[in-house]
Amino acid sequence: MGAAVKSLFGATLESLGQVAAEAGLPAYGARQLSDWLYRKHATGFQDMLNIPSRAREWLSQRYTVDTPGPVKVTESKDGTKKYLFPAAGGGFVEAAWIPEGKRATLCLSVQVGCKMGCLFCMTGKQGFQAHLSAGEILNQYRSLPERDSVTNIVYMGMGEPMDNLTNVLESLEVLCSPDAYGLSPSRITVSTIGLIPAMEQFLERTRCHLAISMHSPFDEERRRLMPVENVYPLKDVLAALRKRSWGRQRRVSFEYIMFNGVNDTDRHAREVARILEGIRCRVNLIPFHPIPATPLAPSPRDTMERFEQELKRRGILTTIRQSRGLDISAACGMLSTRELVRVRGEQE
Amino acid sequence: MSSRSPVPAAERPGESLRLIEVKVAENQEIAPGIFRVAFPRPWDFFPGQTIALSTDPSIPARYYSIASGCHDPVVEILYDLVPEGLLTPRMAGLGAGDTLLSSEPFGAFLDGDGASLWIAAGTGVAPFASMARSGMVEDKTLVQGSRTLAGLYLRGYFSSVLGARYVPCCSTESAAGVFSGRSTAWISSAALPDAERVLLCGGSRMVVDARDALIARGVPFERVISEIYF
Repeated sequence: MGAAVKSLFGATLESLGQVAAEAGLPAYGARQLSDWLYRKHATGFQDMLNIPSRAREWLSQRYTVDTPGPVKVTESKDGTKKYLFPAAGGGFVEAAWIPEGKRATLCLSVQVGCKMGCLFCMTGKQGFQAHLSAGEILNQYRSLPERDSVTNIVYMGMGEPMDNLTNVLESLEVLCSPDAYGLSPSRITVSTIGLIPAMEQFLERTRCHLAISMHSPFDEERRRLMPVENVYPLKDVLAALRKRSWGRQRRVSFEYIMFNGVNDTDRHAREVARILEGIRCRVNLIPFHPIPATPLAPSPRDTMERFEQELKRRGILTTIRQSRGLDISAACGMLSTRELVRVRGEQE
Repeated sequence: MSSRSPVPAAERPGESLRLIEVKVAENQEIAPGIFRVAFPRPWDFFPGQTIALSTDPSIPARYYSIASGCHDPVVEILYDLVPEGLLTPRMAGLGAGDTLLSSEPFGAFLDGDGASLWIAAGTGVAPFASMARSGMVEDKTLVQGSRTLAGLYLRGYFSSVLGARYVPCCSTESAAGVFSGRSTAWISSAALPDAERVLLCGGSRMVVDARDALIARGVPFERVISEIYF
């Protein structure tokens, strides 16, 4: 052959249809492949016994369906687990499994590193290294030992989902397709810092929930925390969201990491409530997990509670997120950065 | 003396992404893989603002900082040729008289009166070129980083208008008057000028590293404004 063998894992039904046709399979061959890949978790074409052997041979010469498992796992006292997966260029991405009662949330990464440079983010300190393919995103779900107990998936790990939209949309299609993983889009939330054109495409093309990283309602202050504010100001993000109706089927939430003395005053709470007026939404207040050399510090618990009460008093559905995995480098990007530093140190 | 143009035609990227046809006046490679394209100025803008460019409605527009002054007759953009990209190989093939699609200007990476420290790498020097060419040179210090001397675009111009307040940094080649090392090394070791604000522009790695170095030197993060090319 000589040609590179490509991974078929992560392919949508449409792509599988093209592959099936090239392999000489009938029209339903795409659904057979999807069934083996995503429902029966096949690790090789030899498993696919309802596909003719000649087609399996043809496929195995051109494609692989196996995927790498996690190279490392760390478990918190609170049950949270962080999995490290190898990624392109020698980097690593993190997936976090967060059990809580009957609910278990899987937090996925979409890029190795990130380009957005938010002041409070550890992933940004790695710089951008690569986009994850749809298969690499989905592999964080497929290879998770706790996969069958996952109730919710959030795209809130490393990287900006809207900066890797094509692969994120393909991964969502596979997660939600009844011919693949068959998850309900109401179980999936995708986060963004507000890249408006991509966000609008996401809203057009999926029914998954959306989470917006707000972190300050004031544009000058948000600009210091999140450089994206220069190009896509929050007021434009909100204007784009206001054009849509937000019912019970689809939710928009606003993520608000609380920094002591920076964005946690009553003035901030009043402004958050004011700018969200007319948008059916919820606000999640998130304790800041400090990262090395940061000028930011977490808000005290009582400050967070006062902020929460102020928002609730103004009619905003608000929750304070629990800190999870504090003993295992909870801040997104910490674990992968440490592993990257360790591996590079060994190489030198 | 800082100078600002009249209110720009568009402030919101969502609205500004309506693309209009403009005619290329000039398109030339100014350093290996780095191009400068110019077209007659169809609107007013603030120095530091951005436009979206494409060559064809079927190709997604990408954003570029304006490098020309707000009173110049042409709009000038610097861009990296990305051989595997959709847009820049096409842009690189354009000549005078060819059509380019441009949005109106938008964005808020703006400076004001008073002392500022500007830090740039690569084509991230464009907004500072625009500011300087618009007359914003008083009390402005520019630190320009590059791996190569050829990558210090507009070095002669910045030297002439900023004098000793222009600090070129080169990490792989040496030359008289050029700091040997990365711009972050200069930030970590030099006496930083008193500045009301620090503006950073370039790729995410440089911006994040420079911001960390500034904070380590005691610059309050509230004074640091970053524009990241992504």
